[in-house]
Amino acid sequence: MIRIENLVKYFGAKRAVDGISFNVERGEVVGFLGPNGSGKSTTMRMITGYYAPDAGRVSVGGHDLAEAPLEAKRLIGYLPENAAAYTDMTVHGFLAFAAEMRGLSGDAKKRAIASAVERCFLASVLHQSIDTLSKGYRHRTCLAQALIHDPEVLVLDEPTDGLDPNQKHEVRNLIRELGKSKAVVFSTHILEEVDAACTRAIIIDRGRVVAQGTPDELGRPLDEVFRRLTTSDTAKP
Amino acid sequence: MRHAWVIAKRELASYFASPVAYVFLVIFLLLTGFFTFTAGQFFERGEASLGAFFGWHPWLYLVLVPAAGMRLWAEERRSGTLELLFTLPITPWQAIAGKFLASWIFIALALALTFPVVVTVNVLGAPDNGAIFAGYLGSLLLAGAYLAVTCATSALTRNQVVAFILSVVACLFLILAGFNPVTDLMARWASPALVDAVAAFSVVTHFDGFERGVIDARDLYFFLAVIGFSLFATGVILRNR
Repeated sequence: MIRIENLVKYFGAKRAVDGISFNVERGEVVGFLGPNGSGKSTTMRMITGYYAPDAGRVSVGGHDLAEAPLEAKRLIGYLPENAAAYTDMTVHGFLAFAAEMRGLSGDAKKRAIASAVERCFLASVLHQSIDTLSKGYRHRTCLAQALIHDPEVLVLDEPTDGLDPNQKHEVRNLIRELGKSKAVVFSTHILEEVDAACTRAIIIDRGRVVAQGTPDELGRPLDEVFRRLTTSDTAKP
Repeated sequence: MRHAWVIAKRELASYFASPVAYVFLVIFLLLTGFFTFTAGQFFERGEASLGAFFGWHPWLYLVLVPAAGMRLWAEERRSGTLELLFTLPITPWQAIAGKFLASWIFIALALALTFPVVVTVNVLGAPDNGAIFAGYLGSLLLAGAYLAVTCATSALTRNQVVAFILSVVACLFLILAGFNPVTDLMARWASPALVDAVAAFSVVTHFDGFERGVIDARDLYFFLAVIGFSLFATGVILRNR
């Protein structure tokens, strides 16, 4: 579903993403690992069409993101880093907005909102304004927005960031469940999530893929593998 | 167009979700009232027209319109929702049009709430209501031009204050290019053709006709061109974010 080839992105003179390639098929949950500043978010922003790559190609569901951005974006549900949302809206208003932007109306819209609310456990805060929500609820609101049109591809940037252990557990289960019928890629730097939710993991460091495979293929213990493969200070040249 | 309208609806709702809309409307009406009746000497003029009302609009809008438009893109950039918006299956133009439309509708609402001056002048005398209509049309276009400029400056930065100051300065240029004291000063050393050419870029020059009740196609095109160009610039700025 997701194919990326030789993606490159510069920020000034810094090569933030340096020739990353990988594929994600339907039925897979791919964990995208790497230290802070290794290019995870930048890569995800190129997959979702927020950044245009300086070189390389992204295609989603067979649609090239540079040539047919609207067709590709229709297939994607995206949870950005820090779970941005229009904070002056209520949870329901925000989800209704997301549904309408995805072309849903009438009964289809109502059903989509109800199902996203149920999946992300938002019923108790449905009519609360987003800026009054705790971080965990805000995060789940943004996740619900990503699921609203039942997309075939899910791109989740640190979906468990800022959640308490119970919520983390629920979100991981949700991701595993969604991964059965969709192509999911999510970034994290929590290694236990790889075992908990992923069918495959990709480790990147300083903009390059340094390892990929099932958690078992990567070797154990995972945190030792991770430390061996990545550099602790990404600011070093 | 449907997507642009969904964005416009959301944007309009967000004006009214905070005190911004109400503060703006009250201040706008207080200031138009003050300028028209006190500073504009509406009653002392003894004529049944709204010259005292419309004449102040280029200056009044100079401060108020950037205040209404400064958050349009700066806030999206600051809060990170720009990322959400631009990963939705829409073109940037739909988002730009939607947001501009929302703020323009908001200003139109503020302008519509000045209806008591129309009632007053109609009670006191027999004004030319066609001219008043032309004045309102011109005023709306003027506000649209300022708003489009504010869209572009707002897209430049994540800081609303910076966006506000930049758009006030840009709109001030649009006024001063045709403002009489400035053109008189220029006429001392520049050729009349140059003075006219510079003045042709001014909103004052083009607003004059509407104010007097004349709808000239050239003035209409001028304002539409400023709006079109500024929104195009907004698109270029957002693409190179």
